[in-house]
Amino acid sequence: MQITSPAFKSNVAEALADPHLQKALHFTRPRFPERRAAAVAALPEFETLRDIGRDIKNHTLANLDFYLEIWADNVEKSGGQVHWCATADDARAAVLAICQRVGAKTVTKGKSMISEELGINEHLEKHGIEPVETDLGEYILQIRGEGPSHIIAPAFHLNREDWEESFRKTHTDLPADRVFGERRDIMVEARTILREKFIAADVGITGANFLIAETGSSVIVTNEGNGDLTQTLPKVHIALASIEKLVPTLEDATSLLRLLARSATGQDFSVYTTFSTGARRPDDLDGPEEYHVVVIDNGRSAMIGTEFQDMLRCIRCAACMNHCPVYFTVGGHSYGWVYPGPMGSVLTPSLIGVEKAGHLPNASTFCGKCESVCPVKIPLPKLMRHWREREFERHLTPGAMRNNLAIWGWFARRPQLYRAATRVAAWGLGLLGRKRGRFSWLPFAGGWTDGRDLPAPEGDTFFARYARQQRHKS
Amino acid sequence: MTPPPRVALFVTCLVDLHRPSVGFAAIRLLEAAGCQVDVPRAQTCCGQPAYNSGDRATARDLARGIIDAFAGYDYIVVPSGSCGGMLRDHVPGLFEDDPELRRRADVMAAKTYELVSFLTDMRGMTDPQAAYAGTVTYHDSCAGLRELGVRDQPRALLGKVAGLTLTEMAEPEVCCGFGGTFCVKYPDISTRMVADKTRDIAATGADTLLAGDMGCLLNMAGRLAREGSNIQVRHVAEVLAGMTQELPAIGRARDGR
Amino acid sequence: MSRDAILGAIRRGLRRGPLPDDQKLALRARLDAHPRHLIPARSQVPRPAQVALFIANVEKEFGSVTRVPTLADVPGAIADYLAAGNLPAHFAMAPHPELMDLQWALLQPRIGRAQPSDLVCLTQAFAGIAETGTLMLPAEPTRPTTLNLLGDIALVVLRASRIVGPYEDAWNWLRARHDSTTGGFMPRNVMLVTGPSRSADIESTLELGAHGPRQLHIVLVDDDPAAIA
Repeated sequence: MQITSPAFKSNVAEALADPHLQKALHFTRPRFPERRAAAVAALPEFETLRDIGRDIKNHTLANLDFYLEIWADNVEKSGGQVHWCATADDARAAVLAICQRVGAKTVTKGKSMISEELGINEHLEKHGIEPVETDLGEYILQIRGEGPSHIIAPAFHLNREDWEESFRKTHTDLPADRVFGERRDIMVEARTILREKFIAADVGITGANFLIAETGSSVIVTNEGNGDLTQTLPKVHIALASIEKLVPTLEDATSLLRLLARSATGQDFSVYTTFSTGARRPDDLDGPEEYHVVVIDNGRSAMIGTEFQDMLRCIRCAACMNHCPVYFTVGGHSYGWVYPGPMGSVLTPSLIGVEKAGHLPNASTFCGKCESVCPVKIPLPKLMRHWREREFERHLTPGAMRNNLAIWGWFARRPQLYRAATRVAAWGLGLLGRKRGRFSWLPFAGGWTDGRDLPAPEGDTFFARYARQQRHKS
Repeated sequence: MTPPPRVALFVTCLVDLHRPSVGFAAIRLLEAAGCQVDVPRAQTCCGQPAYNSGDRATARDLARGIIDAFAGYDYIVVPSGSCGGMLRDHVPGLFEDDPELRRRADVMAAKTYELVSFLTDMRGMTDPQAAYAGTVTYHDSCAGLRELGVRDQPRALLGKVAGLTLTEMAEPEVCCGFGGTFCVKYPDISTRMVADKTRDIAATGADTLLAGDMGCLLNMAGRLAREGSNIQVRHVAEVLAGMTQELPAIGRARDGR
Repeated sequence: MSRDAILGAIRRGLRRGPLPDDQKLALRARLDAHPRHLIPARSQVPRPAQVALFIANVEKEFGSVTRVPTLADVPGAIADYLAAGNLPAHFAMAPHPELMDLQWALLQPRIGRAQPSDLVCLTQAFAGIAETGTLMLPAEPTRPTTLNLLGDIALVVLRASRIVGPYEDAWNWLRARHDSTTGGFMPRNVMLVTGPSRSADIESTLELGAHGPRQLHIVLVDDDPAAIA
C-alpha cells in the first residue's frame, strides 16, 4: 500500500474539505461509542477483564519465543504447515509460492490488515493471480482502488451513492437499469457475485485474530461469514498472522474474545468466531486439504524490549479510533498507511519509520480517550510521546518548533528572568487587547487566529499582582 | 484544634500570564476551606510544552525546580487538571534513572491535587457560598477527567451556587481540540474540533461555559468569540469564589462585550 | 533460516537466550493446566435461568428458538418452521446420528455436506453457550462446516442438556475428545456462531445475511429435567 503519511497535513486539508467524507464521519461518529458503552454496561466484570487481557498479552510477549515454538509444533502435528517470514518480502514470496504450486488462478480473501501491510494483492496480481476481497467493505474498496480507512469498518467513509455507482460501473453483466431501493439490495448483489468467487477460488487467504499455542490453532472473527467461506471452500487455506497474535491457551483466547467484540462493534460476541486447526481430517466431508500459516515478524521483534513493546498487546479492535476526536475529524486515509487512529500513530512509525510517519504521533491532543477504552490498556498517548522524544533526539522535530522551545525553555528555567519577560508580554498584550478583550489577528499566531480569536490577557501577571498584594499586607 | 494545612499554590503559566484572577480565586477558595496558602516564587511552568514535544531534558530541569520549590508543604494545589496531571502522573517518570529525585518526585506527586477536587475530596467543601445568576454548561477537560478523575466534584459545588442552573452538553467529555502545542501544530484539525465543541455548547442554550483548565478555556472562548457568540467563558474557580463581578469573562472587554 | 532469525530477534529484545529448563517447565505446567480467568457472573445461574439466558441472547442477536419436549418432536418443529416461511421441504442435513435416527415423514433431508444451491441446511450443535447465546459447532464427519455457512436458512438442533454457562465449560467438553489423526483434541474447525450473518459495512447500518445465513433458527430439545423451569 502506498505510503502518504509524510503528506499528512495535505491529506488532512483534503479530508476537511471533502463533504462526502465529512458526512460519513459525522454519521458514524456517535455509533461506535454508544454501542461499546451499552455492551460494557451490560458486563460488570469488563474493567477487570481489561486487566486480565493486558496480563495475558504481557505474559505471552515475555515468553514469545517459547510459545511460538510450541505453537509451530502443534500446527505441524495437526497437519498444517508453518512458514516463518522475517520480512514482508519473505511473506509475499511464501504466499505466492503456495498459490503457484497449486496452480491457483483465483484467490479469495477474508479481511486482514496484515495482508494490507504486506501488499499481498498487488503481489499476486503481478504474477497473474486474481485476488478477490470478500468482506463487503474490502470488496468495494478493491473495486474502487482505495485502501481501508478503518481497521474493522474499512469502507464506512463511503456513502450509499458511492456503492451504487461503483457496482454499476463494475458489475456490467447485470441490467443497467436495476434499482437499488435499499441498502439491502446493494448487499444482496455483492453476495450473489461473491458466492461465485467463493466457489471458483483455488486458495483462500485469511488473517488471524489469535494464534493458540496449546492447540496450534488460528482464530478469525467475522460477522459476515466471508472469512469462513474463504477458508472452508477452496482446497488450500492460508492464514496470515504476525507473531504477536499468539496466546498460550483456549482459555486465554476466550478471555480476550470477551473483550474484542464489545470493544470493537459493541456486540457481546461476533457472529462467527472460528478456530482452525490443521487440514481436513480423513473422514471429513468438507474443509481445505492444505492449511498453511504464514507467520510474520516484519518489524515486531524489533519492538520487543523497547518502550514500544506495549503496542504488541494490540488486538486490533479499533476502539481507540472509534473514540478518537482527531480520527473522526480527519478520517482514516489522512494517516497515510494501513493503520489509522491512535494505534496507527504508535504502530506505523515502528513499521515504516518515524521519519516518514512523524506527523502521526504528533497529531494528537493527548486527550487520553483511546487509552481509557483500550481493552488491553495500551498507554497510547505515552507511546506517542515516546515517538516525539525519539524525533527530538534525532533532530527530526521542525526547526521553528525546536527554536521556540529552546527560547521558552531558557526562560522557564530562570524564574526571575521569566517573571520579567512574562510581565512585559502580559502588559503589552493586555494593553493592546484592552479595548476588545481579544485579538482576531496577531503576528506569528496565524495557527491560532485563523480559526478563532485569541483572548487578551488581563494585563498584569499573577506574580506581579501577588507581590504587590503581599507588600501591601506587610 | 489541628493546625491548618499548608498548601502551596501552583499557579500555572497560563493563569500567571493570562488570567491572574484565577490564581486569586484559588487562594480565596483554599482559605475559605481552612488552608494556609503560600505561593512559592520559584515556579514558572509545569514543563508540558517541552515534555509533550519530546524534550525530556528541559522537562526534567523544570521538574527539578518544582520539586525543590514545593518541598515541605502538606499539599500542592493546581487550578488546572492538565498541569496537575503533569506533576502527579508524569513528573516521577522523568527520573527513572535517579532514585533520589524519583523518590522526591513521588512525594511531590502524592501531595498534588487539582483545585476543585481538592476542595471537595480533601477539605470536605460542599457549599462554596457563592451566587451566580446564569445557566451554565461545564466542559470536562481531558487530563482532569481521565488522569485525575475530576468530574462530579465541580458539578457538585456548582449545584450549590445560588441562582446557577447547570445544563449538560451532549458530549461534555470530548476534547475541545486545544492539546497544548497541537493547536498551533495542526490548526486545521484543532479548529474543526473546537467548532464541533462550540456547536455542542451552543445547543445547550447555556449563557455561560465553565471549565477547569485555562488552555481549553482560551481555545473555546476564542472560537465562541470568532463565531459571534455571546456565551460567557470563565474558569470554574471564578464562579465558585464569587469573583465574576470583578472581571469580564475570558476574551471579553471591560464593558462585557 | 527465518525461524531462527525471528526467535533470535525476540530473544535479543527480551535480553536473554532460550528460556532455562525450569522456566520452560513452569510454562508447560501452565499450558497443561490451561487455567481459567475471570468467568462473568451472568451465566453462573441455576439451570432453568441458564437456558433462559441462552434463548434471550440468541433472540437479542436476531436468531430464533423453538422449544420441543423430545428429539422425536424435531421434524414436526422444522416442518412448521419451513411451512411458516414458505420454504421448500427439502434441505441439506448433517449425517449426525441424532438427526439420522429421526422420522422425517414428508420432509426431504439430503444427507451430507452443503452445496451452494442449498437454501436450507440443518445441523446439530455440540454445545450452546448461555453467556452470549452462542452455538459451538466443531467440524466432524457427522457435522460438516459448509452446513453452517452456505444456506440462506441455518437450522440447528440443540439439546438443553448441552447448554453451558461460559465458553470454558464447552471447551472442557471438547478437551475430552480425541482426534486419532493428530493426537490432539481439536477438530479441524470449531465455529462459535452467535446469530445469523450480518454486515454494517454499508453506511454503518446493520443488515442481516451478508455472506452466510440470514436466518438462524434453533430447535431446542428439552432433554434436561433440571433445565425446565
